[in-house]
Amino acid sequence: MNGTSVSTTGKESVLDIRGLTRRFQVNGSEVTALQNINLSVRQGEFISVIGGSGCGKSTLLRIIAGLDTEYEGEALFDGARIKGPGLERGVVFQEHRLFPWLTVRQNVAFGLGNVTSKDDWESVDEHIELVGLKDFEGAYPHQLSGGMAQRASIARALANRPEALLLDEPFGALDALTKIQMQQEVLKIWEAEKATMILVTHDIDEAVFLGDRVVIMSNRPGTIKRIIPVDLPRPRDRGSYEFTQVRSAIYAEFFRQEEKPFAYEI
Amino acid sequence: MGNGYQPEETVLSLPPDASASRFRVSGLTGRLPRKWVGALLPVVFVIVWELLSRAGLLAANWFPAPLSIAGTLVELLQGGELFHHIGITVARVVAGFLIGAVLATLLAGIAGSTPLIRELVDPTIQALRNIPSMAWVPLFLLWLGIHESSKIALIAVGVFFPVYLNLLSGILNVDRKLIEVGHVYRLNKLQLVRRVILPAALPAFLVGLRSGLGLGWMFVVAAEIMGASKGLGFLMIDGQMTGRASVIIASIVLFALFGKLTDLMIERCGNRLLRQRGVGI
Repeated sequence: MNGTSVSTTGKESVLDIRGLTRRFQVNGSEVTALQNINLSVRQGEFISVIGGSGCGKSTLLRIIAGLDTEYEGEALFDGARIKGPGLERGVVFQEHRLFPWLTVRQNVAFGLGNVTSKDDWESVDEHIELVGLKDFEGAYPHQLSGGMAQRASIARALANRPEALLLDEPFGALDALTKIQMQQEVLKIWEAEKATMILVTHDIDEAVFLGDRVVIMSNRPGTIKRIIPVDLPRPRDRGSYEFTQVRSAIYAEFFRQEEKPFAYEI
Repeated sequence: MGNGYQPEETVLSLPPDASASRFRVSGLTGRLPRKWVGALLPVVFVIVWELLSRAGLLAANWFPAPLSIAGTLVELLQGGELFHHIGITVARVVAGFLIGAVLATLLAGIAGSTPLIRELVDPTIQALRNIPSMAWVPLFLLWLGIHESSKIALIAVGVFFPVYLNLLSGILNVDRKLIEVGHVYRLNKLQLVRRVILPAALPAFLVGLRSGLGLGWMFVVAAEIMGASKGLGFLMIDGQMTGRASVIIASIVLFALFGKLTDLMIERCGNRLLRQRGVGI
């Protein structure tokens, strides 16, 4: 499984990563953050990337987003080498990163530049409604809860109607209940927008609940350890036998030697 | 109680003082709203001062009674010359403030957005900042003469540094994460400055303007004491020369009043701009 490219079946692949390596210079010594990553993502697929902190999963997402361009190997989006950010790739960060001086509506419209056309405003309002913030359009970020701010941030990323939405631990800072609610919302959004989703997370449950495939990354250097397909119908039942099976398979990848807590035994 | 369960020993009760202390002050001040409590001390001070003066315990020529100071103010107002003095002082502050603030804003904006220019210019400005501003006085007098330009230049110098330093640090401290959002949406440099960096640096800029204005008022006093034939500072010197303490104190009161008024203007404008962010200056 190590480092093999997963062949795409059916639909065309939108993202192709081949032999991707990223090295950093830290205090004069070289650190390999990502090593020989191979991954193809089909159009409309939902990919979860899971790994411990420091495994390079966020670096991978930043490379796909075009925020980090000093990589070796190939990273192709729609067949073209990724050289910088692009409006066809929306990004949602762990922190909402809304502009505190803009209202929710202005924040969502931010990526559209000088919004003048009726179509643009329609897209803004449509996405505000999609994330369930219709009554909060005029609110400023400091007036929103963490979950609401993250919804606004998702709407901002969607307003440009990107082909792919890149989510960098978007619910990492939210409480457990809000997190589950947001995961359901993201599924709803994915179904409505038909965008390709790439979600980076450290939450096994979240990865299995959302992903068509779960990409498991290993630590230092970051490599793809295994890719586990999740062939379960949605909405997925977190308590079902099949769900727990996938979950323990992923769990085993991280804690092979250690005892599994009884909660994951069936 | 609603939940039905009530432990017998209630450990978490407010200490009796905590709730009582709120009312103790209002008990002292009757029905005076809490926010006026701060006015109590000055009012008492002025009344005691007035009473002591009337009792003849304070020398009238050194410590004129508050009412006689008020009388002096009215006198000066009726003579019409006070408006003239106030007008000229305010004009000097405004002119110096505008020149200093505009130059500082431009320079901080350029230095903040271009690292090369920052590295070129900033050390020099940091060095100049260490010169006590009053040390410029003789030089400005020599260069610009004793007329308006030297006074306005001195005020502008005073205003320049706090505005420059605050705006530059505001620009440099803009959250990298917000700038990154700008990159994600492919903003060019100019758009990034206009749509992200300047709005993000606005609170620091307002703080700079505010302290710049404070220094502007400080420097106008210095400039007018140095040598002027008009203005509130001149009025103070005039009071000193002619031995009229009431004129000096009246001028001090007017400086305080106008200083506070202009500060309030910036604060109000600033809070209006920042209210939406849930912060204030």
